[in-house]
Amino acid sequence: MDIVAKIVTKELDVETIRKDFPILQTTVHGKALVYFDNAATSQKPLVIINAIEKYYKETNSNVHRGIHYLSNKATNEFEASRKTIAAHLNASHEEIIFTRGTTEAINLVAFSFGEAFVKSGDEIIISHLEHHSNIVPWQMLCERKGAALKVIPITKEGELKMEEFKKLLSDKTKLVAVNHVSNTLGTVNPVEEIIELAHSKNIPVLLDGAQAVPHMKVDVKKLDVDFYSFSGHKLFGPTGIGVLYGKSKWLNQMPPYQGGGEMIKEVTFEKTTYNDAPLRFEAGTPNIEASIVLAKAIDYVNRIGLDVIAKHEHDLLLYTTERLEKIEGLKIIGTAPHKTAVVSFVVEGIHPSDIGILLDKQGIAVRTGHHCTQPLIDFYKIPGTVRASFAFYNTFEEIDIFVKALNKAISMLK
Amino acid sequence: MSIEETENEIVEEFELFTDWMEKYEHIIEIGNSVPKIDEKYKDEAHEIKGCQSKVWLHSELKDGKIIYSADSDAIITKGLVGLVIRVFSDHTPEEIINADINFIDKIGLHEHLSPTRSNGLTAMIKQIKFDALALRTIGN
Ligand SMILES: Cc1ncc(COP(=O)(O)O)c(C=O)c1O
Repeated sequence: MDIVAKIVTKELDVETIRKDFPILQTTVHGKALVYFDNAATSQKPLVIINAIEKYYKETNSNVHRGIHYLSNKATNEFEASRKTIAAHLNASHEEIIFTRGTTEAINLVAFSFGEAFVKSGDEIIISHLEHHSNIVPWQMLCERKGAALKVIPITKEGELKMEEFKKLLSDKTKLVAVNHVSNTLGTVNPVEEIIELAHSKNIPVLLDGAQAVPHMKVDVKKLDVDFYSFSGHKLFGPTGIGVLYGKSKWLNQMPPYQGGGEMIKEVTFEKTTYNDAPLRFEAGTPNIEASIVLAKAIDYVNRIGLDVIAKHEHDLLLYTTERLEKIEGLKIIGTAPHKTAVVSFVVEGIHPSDIGILLDKQGIAVRTGHHCTQPLIDFYKIPGTVRASFAFYNTFEEIDIFVKALNKAISMLK
Repeated sequence: MSIEETENEIVEEFELFTDWMEKYEHIIEIGNSVPKIDEKYKDEAHEIKGCQSKVWLHSELKDGKIIYSADSDAIITKGLVGLVIRVFSDHTPEEIINADINFIDKIGLHEHLSPTRSNGLTAMIKQIKFDALALRTIGN
């Protein structure tokens, strides 16, 4: 086979990849761990674990302020990471702000964009599919400014009603904030269309990409999105680090989110002038270690290839869906045709938490409950779901183990 | 039987089981035989907050002793509350308030005691003791 053909037909070598993840080798309750809670957080490969250790052994120093060798080294690595992230999203590095995670990124926009552009009587549009972190910051903004929150309704399959969305867009709309991929259902939203519709009325769009970035290539320029956020820990990187992408034209018009060191040009007691973006939005000593290591996580997924990852995960999704649909009384919640590898379900007459406990005792980690999307769970009039969410290191054998364990749990609970 | 004796009885019962699934099978059985709460008490006022599943608890004083009844929409949670009720029910408020129970640890269910745990045994025990405090005041 020639090299080109090899690249085209590249398949994921899952067995080899699993060796990169020490935690996947562990046992829980005496059973080999089956980790299907990747939408909550992903596991970390050795390159990440080692990079964290290496940072503290060889680099640790504060950034942007030192005159000495280590401080320069830390600053260089920190800014190099920003460039890697920018290149990955096809953004420019001044448009990349380090945050604690998706939650902080959205709060930052809700505060700073809100201060600059939102006033009484204005409207913010979100959807019925959102994570609490893309609901509550907007509610807080609306309360602060006397603005109103509008919600795009969904179908029972878990897709946005785009006709209703069109009707919600108006002169009062100041921003549209929706997720790229739903964490509870896996629905991939038609973000290109959302952005096009909003932009046709000059309304900016924020995308919560927490569940998209680990599973697909995201190009912010091609999307022409105004703000985009994601979390490092869901992308096989460290916790406590995330990213906000913002178009410079917006960032430079927005006031700072927090005050402190790093974000200033000059401070006197009479008046302080602020730094330009991104530093304007990065008050205080950042999470230097995690900021640097996040670039390593991006390099890692790129080495495997997001297209290869997406294909394997899609196969896992199809296989799981097919196997689960055969179980009597089981109903999959979220059946959009375009989904990532997330399967949420309920079983008639059984509480999701009971299933979660019995799966755990058989070594399987899933999440149960409302998944921080209470309005969405209320929409389906259920107490919550059991959610299995996959990553590229999951296998078909693990799904077989899961289905067997699930059947056992159901037989005990019926 | 004293509270401690019931605890010991439960610990002995659970010693029979060699694996987790058997333990939980037993908890589910207990769940199916919990003293049933009167439907009229399954309301906001009787709901124990902080659980992923819904739990309702009712307490009443009979001849100086408290009788507990409960229900949950999740069967394992119901089994857990059933165990706790079995230990505390039919004792005086004083005995309940002063009881320092440890059987949950002994039967390996301490993970259910963590404060953020979805089926919050801690919240149930707190409510049981809280009700005992309230009923002691009435009883006096
Ligand atoms: C869609 C979505 N948005 C936002 C978040 C919040 O991310 P974080 O907790 O990392 O800030 C999550 C994580 O659960 C998510 O899935």
